[in-house]
Amino acid sequence: MTAELIHRLHFAFTITFHYLFPQLTMGLALLIVALKTVALKTGEEQWDRAARFWGRIFGINFVFGVVTGIPMEFEFGTNWAQFARVSGGVIGQPLAMEGVFSFFLESAFLGLFLYGEKRLSKTMHWFSSVMVFVGSWISGFFIIVTDAWMQHPVSYEMVNGHYEVLSFWQLLVNPWGLLQYMHNMTGAVVTGSFVMAATGAFYLLEGRLQNYGRIFLKVGVIAGVIASIAIIFPTGDLHGKYVAKNQPAAMAAMEGVFKSEAGTGIVLIGQPNEETGQIDNPIVINNVLSFLIYGTTSAEVKGLDQIPHDQWPTALPLLYYAYHIMAGLGTWFILLMAGSAFLLWRGKLHQTRWVLWALLLSFPLPYIANTAGWMTAELGRQPWLIYGLMRTNQGYSNTVSASNGLFTLLGFMGLYTLLGLLFTVLIYREISNGPEPKTAAIEPVHVGGAE
Amino acid sequence: MGFIWFWIVAVMIVGYVVLDGFDLGVGVLHLFLVRNEAERQASLRSIGPVWDGNEVWLLAGGGTLYFAFPWLYASAFSGFYLPLMIVLWLLILRGVSLELRNHIDVGVWRALLDGLFGGSSALLAIFFGAALANVIRGVPLRADGYFFLPLWTNWKPGPNPGILDWYTVIGGLVALVSLTLHGALWLSIKVSGDLEQRARRLVRPLWFVLLALTVVSLIATIAVRPQTLDNYYRYPFTFVVPVGVIAALVCIWLWNRNAQPVKAFLASCFYLFFMLAGACWGLYPTLLPATSNSGLDITLDRALSGPHALAVGLVWWVIGMALAVGYVVFVYSRFKGKSDLGEGSH
Repeated sequence: MTAELIHRLHFAFTITFHYLFPQLTMGLALLIVALKTVALKTGEEQWDRAARFWGRIFGINFVFGVVTGIPMEFEFGTNWAQFARVSGGVIGQPLAMEGVFSFFLESAFLGLFLYGEKRLSKTMHWFSSVMVFVGSWISGFFIIVTDAWMQHPVSYEMVNGHYEVLSFWQLLVNPWGLLQYMHNMTGAVVTGSFVMAATGAFYLLEGRLQNYGRIFLKVGVIAGVIASIAIIFPTGDLHGKYVAKNQPAAMAAMEGVFKSEAGTGIVLIGQPNEETGQIDNPIVINNVLSFLIYGTTSAEVKGLDQIPHDQWPTALPLLYYAYHIMAGLGTWFILLMAGSAFLLWRGKLHQTRWVLWALLLSFPLPYIANTAGWMTAELGRQPWLIYGLMRTNQGYSNTVSASNGLFTLLGFMGLYTLLGLLFTVLIYREISNGPEPKTAAIEPVHVGGAE
Repeated sequence: MGFIWFWIVAVMIVGYVVLDGFDLGVGVLHLFLVRNEAERQASLRSIGPVWDGNEVWLLAGGGTLYFAFPWLYASAFSGFYLPLMIVLWLLILRGVSLELRNHIDVGVWRALLDGLFGGSSALLAIFFGAALANVIRGVPLRADGYFFLPLWTNWKPGPNPGILDWYTVIGGLVALVSLTLHGALWLSIKVSGDLEQRARRLVRPLWFVLLALTVVSLIATIAVRPQTLDNYYRYPFTFVVPVGVIAALVCIWLWNRNAQPVKAFLASCFYLFFMLAGACWGLYPTLLPATSNSGLDITLDRALSGPHALAVGLVWWVIGMALAVGYVVFVYSRFKGKSDLGEGSH
């Protein structure tokens, strides 16, 4: 095994595991604001309890997000030192800004939100939830800005062997970043709303805590249907077109287009075969891909045959499958959420048990779709670390040997397995306990001097 | 610009050590000072709302380092690969055991998590101290500006040292004792009753150990890297820093004895500040010395980022940190007072 591969796996594994947590917190932050807003307007206690319940789930996810997020910032230096040295003048900036502008905000107000309800006025407590939302979404923005520069470098110059930023503003408004941000944050809301709707469905199917089940279903399904539509149109559509324009190799590999032709069809199913340069056993709808990218069925989509082989994405089938899984799941999300929303509107959702089951069982799918989406983005960037500027095999830490890297990769795998188990236990307990206050997770303790 | 950014990074490090320092210290005390479940909960509640915010200083500091001195960040993080990975694992274990402890009410599990939380806190304190000592001592930088340090070699700070040698171990011990003392002072502010008294009493023996270690580490630093004193001789007024260290130590003693824990805690903050600032000033303008040949040192001028990035950075950094300090003050003021006497959390 080469050091390059180990360092790639190291980063890929730790960031994939990490992103299981922020995608929920970012989505949930918005939904908690919604719950708190209703609570503030109506003054109904159950909405406050619902918000507290999701606050506890948020808090657990936040802690796991923090502890798995710290390694990410370190790994730029530990595992990708050559890249860090070359790129720090550009992308170090948004990473530092994430810490300064987002994490302080988010952690401070989360502390207030979780621990300080009795020390704050109702409006201040609502405001804390808004600030947690703002903090987590700022955080997402700076990370996307960082990734966007690697995907689509803008406003840089090479000085003494490293990149410097020419215009900070251009870095922030990199069109790639803005499109990816909209798409990604919508994806986070999909995760948050599916998890909330699934929890609601769980309570209704179980026949307990039904008033909360109905709240969770309502909020989850309404947010879910909006987000599931927005994830495809406009955000996914716009982002896809931009990828096709700026990373034709990635788009060709994602869609499995080996030969350039006018009126390219879209491959629904089929296995890419790198050796023969074709899709095996495909089901294709003619002309659709040309239409989706260029708005006309006769346009030519650039195929892999027009791209030098050494610039093909290095893990082509994986990229193709990741993209198709994401797109396929996205279609299911719309079907399920639109159907659920219709039933909700007709007042039949709570009795339609098979739909409740479908909602319950679908909660892992947005996690898979978000992960597959990120794999699509990052595998599509290959073989480049900074698109068109620096190859991945030039960026890793050459002082850290493959076996040292493997040692810590295995360490992370073991530790994260343990973390995953603990996380499951914690979330299971919270959901079993439910939002009723008598089962609050942290009971007040009084230790007086008189003891 | 280089001077400013050097001290900005230093401020972030000081902020991290002063803030996360007390919750690390509370973690160490968790191993032996607290005696029953109620006391454990009280001591944990004193850091519950703030520890993850404190850890943010590490992230923000790391990000600032990456952005202002990319080469230093790249070289140091890959060179200190193994200890940094251990630090990451410890941070993960610590955060998770702390979080889990609030949710699990089975005695044996709690005991295990308490041990994990305390043990990882102690090891983190030692590693952070050793890390700083590594930077002061220097590393075997190669001509291309990179290095890779084994965990230990012959335990001597020569030209081919390891992460751990007698000098860096002293650094680790200074950190362990100073942060434990820092945590004890925090507890004496935040808890009441018997635990408060015990925390206050514990400060006294710790204080003597810390005084001895401070003197030993000072002498050891001058022995290992005599150039540390150059800046001080060049600008003699900066000898105010070691004087500040001693003054802060004296204040800790006096205010702790007079049961003025807030003042004693602030004095401890100043002790940490002066120790770190003194170390930074001893290095300046070197960022990471080379043990083999000082011509290979990573210096400020060589590692500094581009001028536009730094100019823009200065603007947002000032705004962002003003906001951050505002949040910190706000949160601490909301949670002020004894954490074990107020209302329940929820």
